[in-house]
Amino acid sequence: MSVEVRIPTILRTHTGGEKIVTGSGDTLSALFTDLDLRHNGLSGRVITDEGALHRFVNVYVNDEDVRFTGGLGTKLSDGDSVTILPAVAGG
Amino acid sequence: MVAHARRDHPDEACGIIAGPAGSDSPERLVEMINAERSPTFYRFDSAEQLALYRSMDDHDEEPVVIYHSHTATEAHPSRTDVKFASEPNAHYVLISTRDPETAEVRSFRIVDGEVTEEAVEQTGDELAVQTYKIGHTPTSIVYDCAEPR
Repeated sequence: MSVEVRIPTILRTHTGGEKIVTGSGDTLSALFTDLDLRHNGLSGRVITDEGALHRFVNVYVNDEDVRFTGGLGTKLSDGDSVTILPAVAGG
Repeated sequence: MVAHARRDHPDEACGIIAGPAGSDSPERLVEMINAERSPTFYRFDSAEQLALYRSMDDHDEEPVVIYHSHTATEAHPSRTDVKFASEPNAHYVLISTRDPETAEVRSFRIVDGEVTEEAVEQTGDELAVQTYKIGHTPTSIVYDCAEPR
């Protein structure tokens, strides 16, 4: 199975400048483990040491914010599209 | 940007100005919802942000300016602003609405945690922003751009 992952500008240092990469996994968590094999350090920018999604990184699977679909446990299917967008925020 | 900031005061206002990728030219202003609705914090609504980035992608654009307002402090990036700055190519514009008569507008680059101020040059009608008037009725907000005296 194969999933397309859209990488924001600030994380392209981990993908050699690539805007879109591919990976596989039954869940979002598995996908990030897979991505890290080829793009070292990528998952560490999205997942905290405690194993949760960073509060200020938005991850979407097929346009749905994964906060509403089960977070890192979100199930993935072949052909799904995952987008990562660091939150635009400040104080 | 100033109109948006004044309208949303005392909550922080936020938005972007998109421009053609690589052009460094801000052309299309998009006001964004502050999902935090707070006088001290802002955050783009996550679904709105996705729609925005998709739209920019479709039009081969990127965020040239990312702006937000400070409602009680100076128009300078706070520690939080620096911590969350995630677009290294953008100009971060701060507008302070702490004074109801005068808006402070300043622009910064924020790259790898480093803040560099850049000059803002006013073009066009110098007094248009300073003479901006806002009228409120119970059901609508009316804008009056006064002619410079």
